[in-house]
Amino acid sequence: MEFALISLLNGVTYGLLLFMLSSGLTLIFSMMGILNFAHASFYMLGAYFAYQISTKIGFWPALVVAPLVVGGLGALVERFGIRKAHRYGHVAELLFTFGLAFLVVEIVQLVWGKAAVDYRVPPSLSGTWFTLFSSSFPVYKGFMMAVSVGMLVGLYALLSFTRIGLIVQAALSRPDMVQALGHDVPRIFTLVFGGGSALAALAGVIGGNAFVTEPGMADALGPIVFVVVVVGGLGSLTGAFIASLLIGILQTFMVGSDYSLVDFARSVGIQIKTAPALARLSLTQLAAIMPYILMVAILILRPRGIMGARET
Amino acid sequence: MKPPPLLYPRRVFVWGVYLAAILVAPLLSRSGYWLSLLSQVAVMTVYALSFNMLLGQTGLLSFGHAVYYGLGAMITMHALIAVNQHVFTIPVTLLPVVGGLGGLFFGVLLGYVTTRRAGTTFAMISLGIGEMVAASSLMFPAFSGGEGGLSSNRVVGKGWFGITYGPQIQIYYLIAAWAFACVVAMYALSQTPLGRIANAVRDNPERAEFVGYNPQVVRFLMVVLAGFFAGVAGGLTALNYEIVTAESLHAYTSGIVIMMAFVGGVGYFFGPIIGALLITVLQMVVSSITAAWLFYFGLMFLMVVLYAPGGVASVVVEHRRLWQAGVLGKLAPAYLLASLPVLLVGGGVVAVVEMVYRVMKEQSAQLRVFGVTVDATRGLFWIAVAAAIALGVLLLRKVGRTVSDERHRVYATLRQEQRT
Repeated sequence: MEFALISLLNGVTYGLLLFMLSSGLTLIFSMMGILNFAHASFYMLGAYFAYQISTKIGFWPALVVAPLVVGGLGALVERFGIRKAHRYGHVAELLFTFGLAFLVVEIVQLVWGKAAVDYRVPPSLSGTWFTLFSSSFPVYKGFMMAVSVGMLVGLYALLSFTRIGLIVQAALSRPDMVQALGHDVPRIFTLVFGGGSALAALAGVIGGNAFVTEPGMADALGPIVFVVVVVGGLGSLTGAFIASLLIGILQTFMVGSDYSLVDFARSVGIQIKTAPALARLSLTQLAAIMPYILMVAILILRPRGIMGARET
Repeated sequence: MKPPPLLYPRRVFVWGVYLAAILVAPLLSRSGYWLSLLSQVAVMTVYALSFNMLLGQTGLLSFGHAVYYGLGAMITMHALIAVNQHVFTIPVTLLPVVGGLGGLFFGVLLGYVTTRRAGTTFAMISLGIGEMVAASSLMFPAFSGGEGGLSSNRVVGKGWFGITYGPQIQIYYLIAAWAFACVVAMYALSQTPLGRIANAVRDNPERAEFVGYNPQVVRFLMVVLAGFFAGVAGGLTALNYEIVTAESLHAYTSGIVIMMAFVGGVGYFFGPIIGALLITVLQMVVSSITAAWLFYFGLMFLMVVLYAPGGVASVVVEHRRLWQAGVLGKLAPAYLLASLPVLLVGGGVVAVVEMVYRVMKEQSAQLRVFGVTVDATRGLFWIAVAAAIALGVLLLRKVGRTVSDERHRVYATLRQEQRT
């Protein structure tokens, strides 16, 4: 019971963080058809910028400034890079963002070094929020949840109730029509790309100190975010939300349990002396590849993803 | 329409020159460095070409091609270990086929999942599969060798007319022979009906379907065959280094092959051959000069994507055409003019990167270039570099327009000449 509740809370926190990344990615994808390989790089830049700013003027300004700076960078990348690559088609765009991701890792290593930087949770947010049976739940996790939910509500409100949100929604499905109505669609693209990058950076700011801020963090999370987007259904925000929570919760539960097939066999009364390696793998070990197994299963059973509308 | 003959004099000549280059190259120098560079180039050529069977010929951008390469290498290594332990006997000469069959097997297994979708989704799925295989390899240390990797000894058995594959020169010729055979086979494949229909699926899958071919089956077949050749490349690398680590499955190995193929040029069969040569040489040479070599790699790749999306091959082909038409000379002044700002910007960027690197890593801000010591702690250095870059960018915008105008003029006159 205790394990289940704490894992659920941790899983939801992680899932919400995943959604911060996948929401931007899926918005950018459904709008421009671009699969942004560098999306997790913006997440990493967010964490590093927040670290740099927090050593100078503190965590709270960093929470605002770092996403804004990265959002601006994202807008520049769209305006001067992706738009140029767009002339050569989707493969060129994809390869551009791939090259960019490669370059960002190198720049980060060049500037901040190969080892992890000491990006810590601010003192005002450290400590225990509440204790459940005997496990404690840190304040910072609660803060992460609050920021994620706030962002979720904000994004929903922005897209549904504001003028700019309605134009963005319209441009998602009928860009030509929106253009014909006199809106500057390329500028909306730049805006959405910058906004998505800023969201990724915000995830980096609050995730970088909860986990670890190192040059490998983008490569570690990037593929999982892609899996979330595929599993949820390309271009579907709701799907991305469900998939984020699903993967977040599943992975957290798996990491916390060392149950294996051999244990399962024992619990139903079969004793196995010499089991093959596959049967001896514990759930903890399988946690790392669970998202990919889920992706393969979804692709075979339901190729358009949980909520996706399109087949391709 | 009658297809052109498979072997005409010019084609035979080009392949002959290629074969001769492969055979003669190792004789130019006896240093071990040279031989290992050549061996690596040969392996990478096969790997890059197998990748281009997907991207260039079928239009499938794979971010997980290392799966077939790495698994092929591991399977070959297991076969070599088994031969060493007298479990069974296969001549070392034929071991790369084992890697190829391994690649083929995983191509069948994984290709079924990845080729269900094309386009961007295929790219994403291939990345996911690549990550999955890389992550699972560490779960089965008996297969992947865990952190330390797998290693064995390629000198096994009696040897054959003194060929034991002990010396690097012998293993080079083994690799070169396999590589050449693979290059020929992949070229021949691109000329078969399957290769042609793969091009059709790349350009317009719907029309290919109307003609009566199932694009999904065509993609699957190409993935399986590309898996075979990538597996052979993996097998060759296993024999070359006698060690295979989990790194051969990593995203980096998948990424570097994208760079090779794209920088070389995916639109031409020989593009990835150039790319493999170029990137491997740069990898070995630049990495010995500067620690920031991966940065320059990324930058070069981005520049190719943005400014020369056809890669080196298409630049070469285009200028050869102009040269044959006798108009290349007209472009020379514009190109010369453009080289100055390119040098300014390039030099400026290199200066910034090297200086940042030194300040951050070595806590010293001194850089010796051509016997002159530059000090980055002084503001003058940064002002000079910033000025050089700014000036270069400004000039480049101006000169760039001149170059493109000049090119348009040359092409216009060419078209006019062709019409009259």
